[in-house]
Amino acid sequence: MNELIHTLCEAWGPSGHEGRVRQIIEGLVDDLVDEMRVDALGNLVCRVAPAPGVDPETAPRLMLAAHMDEIGVIVTHVDEAGYLRFAPVGGVIVGSLPGKRVTFEDGSVGVINVERREDASRQPGLDHLYIDVGAADKSAVTQGVGDAASFRQAVDWAGGRPIAANHDDRIGCVVLVETLRRLKRGPNAVYAVFTVQEEIGLRGATTSGYGVAPDAAIAIDVTGSGDTPKGMKMDVHLGKGPAIKVKDGGMIAHRGLRALMEQRAEEAGIAFQLEVLTGGTTDAMAIQTSRAGVPAGCVSIPSRYVHSPSQLVDMQDVEGAVQLLCAVAEGSLADL
Amino acid sequence: MNQDLLIRLSEVSGVSGDEGRVRQLLAEALRPRADRLHADSMGNLYVENEPAPGGRADFRVMVAAHMDEVGLMVTGIESSGVLAFEAVGGIDARVLVSQPVRIGDRGVPGLIGLKPPHLSAPAERGQSPSIKGLRIDIGASSKAAASESVKLGDRVCFDTRVLDLGPTLLGKAFDDRGGCAMLAELLEDRYAFALHGVFTVQEEVGLRGARVAAHAIAPQAAFVLECGTTDDAPKEIDDTPVMRLGAGPAITVMDRSMVADARLVRHLIDTAEAEGIPYQVRAPKGGGTDGGRIHLSREGVPTAVVSIPCRYLHAPASLIHKSDYDNAVALLRAALKRLTPEVVAR
Repeated sequence: MNELIHTLCEAWGPSGHEGRVRQIIEGLVDDLVDEMRVDALGNLVCRVAPAPGVDPETAPRLMLAAHMDEIGVIVTHVDEAGYLRFAPVGGVIVGSLPGKRVTFEDGSVGVINVERREDASRQPGLDHLYIDVGAADKSAVTQGVGDAASFRQAVDWAGGRPIAANHDDRIGCVVLVETLRRLKRGPNAVYAVFTVQEEIGLRGATTSGYGVAPDAAIAIDVTGSGDTPKGMKMDVHLGKGPAIKVKDGGMIAHRGLRALMEQRAEEAGIAFQLEVLTGGTTDAMAIQTSRAGVPAGCVSIPSRYVHSPSQLVDMQDVEGAVQLLCAVAEGSLADL
Repeated sequence: MNQDLLIRLSEVSGVSGDEGRVRQLLAEALRPRADRLHADSMGNLYVENEPAPGGRADFRVMVAAHMDEVGLMVTGIESSGVLAFEAVGGIDARVLVSQPVRIGDRGVPGLIGLKPPHLSAPAERGQSPSIKGLRIDIGASSKAAASESVKLGDRVCFDTRVLDLGPTLLGKAFDDRGGCAMLAELLEDRYAFALHGVFTVQEEVGLRGARVAAHAIAPQAAFVLECGTTDDAPKEIDDTPVMRLGAGPAITVMDRSMVADARLVRHLIDTAEAEGIPYQVRAPKGGGTDGGRIHLSREGVPTAVVSIPCRYLHAPASLIHKSDYDNAVALLRAALKRLTPEVVAR
C-alpha cells in the first residue's frame, strides 16, 4: 500500500478539480470492478457484483465512499506587483499557511506568506496572506482569477508513518482501492464510490448517494486523534486500529451498522477504536439522508494535524481499515 | 433589449413567497409563444419550448432565474398605527431609512420614518438604525385605522420607478428581474434541445424554489441567470472587484454554493471568444445562487451561472449597465445555440 499512498497523495485535486485523481483511480480499479461510470458531478461509481448464484437485482447494495478532493485555495486577485490573493477551498487553517507552498494545475508553484502588520501579536487573517509565484510583476503572472491550487507535495515517512498534505481523504481512497483489490464476492453488490467536493459541503456524496440508492453506506475518511501534546480530548489514538464512528458533528451513525462493524472486527480479530468527533463530518452524513434514508456509518483513519499541510497517519490503522471493510462487505447485511 | 418588459418586471412587487404578480406578468408575456407553461405548488413558473426541428427532445436543459426580491414583512401593528417589520432576505438596515414603500396586495403606500434632526440628540444622529428600531408609517392614527388597510404578514417592497440614465438603468429588484427579463428573451428562440425555462420562487430565503424545480425537470444541464453584486468603486488598495459594471457578463467558477461545471464554463468562454462578446470571470468570493441547489438535484446536474453586474444590490435602487444585459443575452443565446449533449458527456 505504500506505493499506492505515493501515487494517490501526490496527485493534484482540490475540491471541484478531481479529474486527475479520478483518472489515476480509474486505471487502478478498472480490472477489479464489473462496472464503472462517472456521474454529472464527477463522482467515480464502481460496482462489484455479488457472488455467482446471488441474484444481482435483489442483492443488498453496500456503498463505500471515499472522497477524492483535498482542501486548497483559489485565486481571487492578481495585484500590480504580481502577488496573488486567494480564498479558501474547504476548511483551511489560516495559521498553518504562512511559509507553505501551493501547486497549481499546470504544475506551477507559489509560496504563501504574510503581509507585515502594525500589530503582529494577533493571528493574521486570510486578508493578510498572499501567494508569491516568483513573478517580477503582474505581466509575468501565468495564473488568473479562478485558478485553484493545492498543498500537495511529496509524501515523507516519519518513523514508518506517512506524512502527506492530503491524507484527508486520499488515505481513504488508498483504503478503498486496496479493499477492492482484496475483496471477495459475497452476498452484496458493492458500490465503491470515489466522491468529489466533500470538503465544500459533501456535494458529491449528495448526488452519488441518490444515484446508487444503497441499502447501507460506509464512508471512509480521516478523523482527529487525542494523542498529541496538550491535544484535544478525544479517545482516538494513532496505531490502535481503525475507528468505528459513533457520532460526529453532522451524523449519529446507524446503531445496527455500527454494531455489525464491531461484530465483524471482533470475529476477524481486527483491533478497532470507537470514535466520537465533536466537530466535522463526512460523506456518510449526506448519504444517510438521501432519498428515504440510508443506514450509514463511517470507518475513520485516525490522523494528526488534519487540514494542515502535514497530516500524519499510522499504517496499522490503514491496514486494519482495509481488513474491516472487506469483512463487512463480504458478510451479510441482513441484520441491519 | 426588451426594455419595456425589464422595466415592468423591476417595478412590480414580488418579495420572497409573494411572487404571484411577477409570475402573472411573465406568464402573460410568454404564453403566446411558449409550447407549454405551468406553475407548481410552490409557485415556480415553468415555460417549456420543444426543440427546433431536428433537435433532441431527450436532452433537457434548464435555464433558471428567480422571481423574488428581497424586502420586508409586517410583523406588528402598534397602537399609534405604525408598523413594525422584519427583513425578508438579506437587507442592511442602513438602506431602509426614509424609503417610500408599498405594502401588501393592495400596494398601500408607506414610509420608513426616522426622527428628524430637530428631535434627535446629537449622539443619535450618527448612529446606524437597526430593523427592530425602525417603523413604517402609513399615515394611520391608530391600530384600528391601520388594520383596515394592512395585516400581519403583508410583504413590503420598495417603491422605486425605473430611471433610464442612458448607458445604465436605475431601479429596484434587478436581482433577479434582470435574469427574468433575459430568460424571457431567450425563450423567444428554439434550440436543438428541450428548453425548460424556470422562473423560481424564494431564492433570497434559501434557494427553495430551484430545489423542487430541478427535481421536477431532471435536466442534463442547467444555466442560472443572475444579477450579481459589484464592488467596483475605486479602492484604496489594489484588489479585484467581484465583478465590474460594463465589463460584460460574469461567468462563475466557484462561489459559496457551488463549483460551476468546468465543461460548461469552458463552453461559455469559448462561445464568448468565438463570437467576440466581452465577458469577465467572477472573482470567487462567497455568494450563492439557485445553482447551489440545482447542481445537487437527484444524481447531479452540470450547472453554470452567468450574472450581469449590479451596483448597490439588495437596496431600494441599484444600477445595471445596458451593455452588460445585452451581452449576457447574446452570450447565452449563442452558447445555447452551440450546446449539444456532447458538451456535458463523460
